[in-house]
Amino acid sequence: MTLEEWYRQDRLPHIYCAGCGNGTILNCTLRATNELGLDRNKTTFVSGIGCSSRASGYTSSDSLHTTHGRALPFATGVKMVKPDHDVIVFTGDGDLSAIGGNHFIHACRRNIDLTVVCMNNTIYGMTGGQGSPCTPYGAISTTTPYGMREMPFDLCAVAEAAGANYVARWTSYHVKELTLAIRAGIETPGLSFIEVMTQCPTSFGSKNKMRQVSQMVDVLRANSILKDKADRNKAAGIPLEPGKFIVGELVRRNNPVLGGRS
Amino acid sequence: MTDKTEFLNGNTACAEGAIAAGCRFFAGYPITPSTEVAERMASRLPKIGGTFIQMEDELASMAAIIGGAWAGARTMTATSGPGFSLMMENIGYAAMTETPCVVVNVQRGGPSTGQPTMAAQGDMMQARFGSHGDYSIIALAPSSVQEMFDLTVKAFNLADRFRTPVFLMTDETIGHMREKVILRSDVEITPRHELVEGELPFRPGVDGVPGFGTFGHGLGVHVTGLTHDERGYPATDSADLHEKVVRRMVRKIEDARNEIADVDIVNPDAEIVFISYGAPTRAVQQLLADYPGIYGHLNLRIVWPFPDAKLGEFGAAKAFVVPEMNLGQMAREVRMHTNVPIVTAAKLGGALHTVAELKHAADVAATATAPVTEVVL
Repeated sequence: MTLEEWYRQDRLPHIYCAGCGNGTILNCTLRATNELGLDRNKTTFVSGIGCSSRASGYTSSDSLHTTHGRALPFATGVKMVKPDHDVIVFTGDGDLSAIGGNHFIHACRRNIDLTVVCMNNTIYGMTGGQGSPCTPYGAISTTTPYGMREMPFDLCAVAEAAGANYVARWTSYHVKELTLAIRAGIETPGLSFIEVMTQCPTSFGSKNKMRQVSQMVDVLRANSILKDKADRNKAAGIPLEPGKFIVGELVRRNNPVLGGRS
Repeated sequence: MTDKTEFLNGNTACAEGAIAAGCRFFAGYPITPSTEVAERMASRLPKIGGTFIQMEDELASMAAIIGGAWAGARTMTATSGPGFSLMMENIGYAAMTETPCVVVNVQRGGPSTGQPTMAAQGDMMQARFGSHGDYSIIALAPSSVQEMFDLTVKAFNLADRFRTPVFLMTDETIGHMREKVILRSDVEITPRHELVEGELPFRPGVDGVPGFGTFGHGLGVHVTGLTHDERGYPATDSADLHEKVVRRMVRKIEDARNEIADVDIVNPDAEIVFISYGAPTRAVQQLLADYPGIYGHLNLRIVWPFPDAKLGEFGAAKAFVVPEMNLGQMAREVRMHTNVPIVTAAKLGGALHTVAELKHAADVAATATAPVTEVVL
């Protein structure tokens, strides 16, 4: 199996906007499945609705493109019936944490053996740039024209609190680290949650003075604090600056798993 | 294996029918008066290699049984009115993706939370039209505990035959009453027509229904709720393709209504004919026993697609009487297919129709001339 064979070639080119980070994340995910030597016939991709959700259609294995926010319960059904399959979920910040928020916390609580890759571009991209539960405080969107006045979700903190066995956060800039994290997530029994902070120059950048893709990626990189450094800072009493986020492997544990290989 | 005879309530018999039909995955969320279905499945499935999961809500339950179906299992969920409403989004997804699965709705009084412990038949139109867009479904309506078992088996076979969600539209009375039931060991199971290499997952085969591309068979099937071509790939901007896809999915069921039809016809030469389904069927059967040879009866075990040709079996009918535990939902459907006057005998609140009430409705029907007459019971 080659990396190219994991792609559904007759569906390319993809529909993502120029400069979108989702293609990078799809590439890292398929690189991970290929490097692990997964059986394509025993791998299912599941997605909900939104830009992220189209990723399942570009994979050559069986795939379910489902309803808005419901990817995790669909994936739960697949996994419960086929525990020897690898089930990987593509989702976005709006899909996962707004309409799908309750499914998210319960999938983590069950610690069902899924790998969830969340493409967090902090905006509703496909619907045209509305605010999401992850839109930064003060950011402009079509539904927050005077600036977002709600605090954003920390999705990794939610996953950790709810019970996921593996939690990591990277950005679309960190392609090697991201690929390794997705590999680790697939290999870790239980729910693995990998959040990827990614750029949306079309819907987010254009409204927030970051029209250039390179600007957005630079901001993501500049705001990333490696977990080791963040831990050292915390020990020294230095708080995380507003707007910064921790990247790295945040949780790896071995709590009881639902739907794993027996 | 031999048949077992037990004294069970309808919900339990439904679960046993599902197991007999080969259902090995059940996802559900507790709601009165359906919960015994889930409880029986939770107890039984792990012992026979199946899986039960209690999901966080009905949206998730419906999603999980669709995912489980694509993973290769016969799958079912059970709910009641408010839960059925929540399932509607994913019921439309099952219709659009042609996913075989079974949904049991043990109806209670509505709208909203209404009467959790009382029977009703208020979700009949929702079963047919509840989700957005044009689609068709199959729905069965048992009127005894034995039929809860038998029609649950049939629901799974129809789901696979037509690649569609199938509903068991029962009610609190049938779900909770106890009767003798024969748990048949030799139920007929229609095999799912599997997609084979070279076929397209959404191109109809010889029987008008596409082969099912079960996940894990190496076929690399892509399934989407978006309008899709015969490969299953999204194709949302073609008016012609959308029309072709939606019309085909509706026709595969509506054109087969005579094949799907399952009715009892009693006294076809009668002038006053009762049309019933579910719990009211029992009262009609008592009326016919009390007044032998006078009234006709069309008992619908399948309500959707509506078996309209069966109305023609009653050539001497001067009026149809439709007793329902709603304000005339199926009577409206009957009206679409006949010019014979219709008397609706609606009853809400959970109390069953009495024989005296049905006799009164029949007496009104004997002189009815208006297209639709509502009798006050």
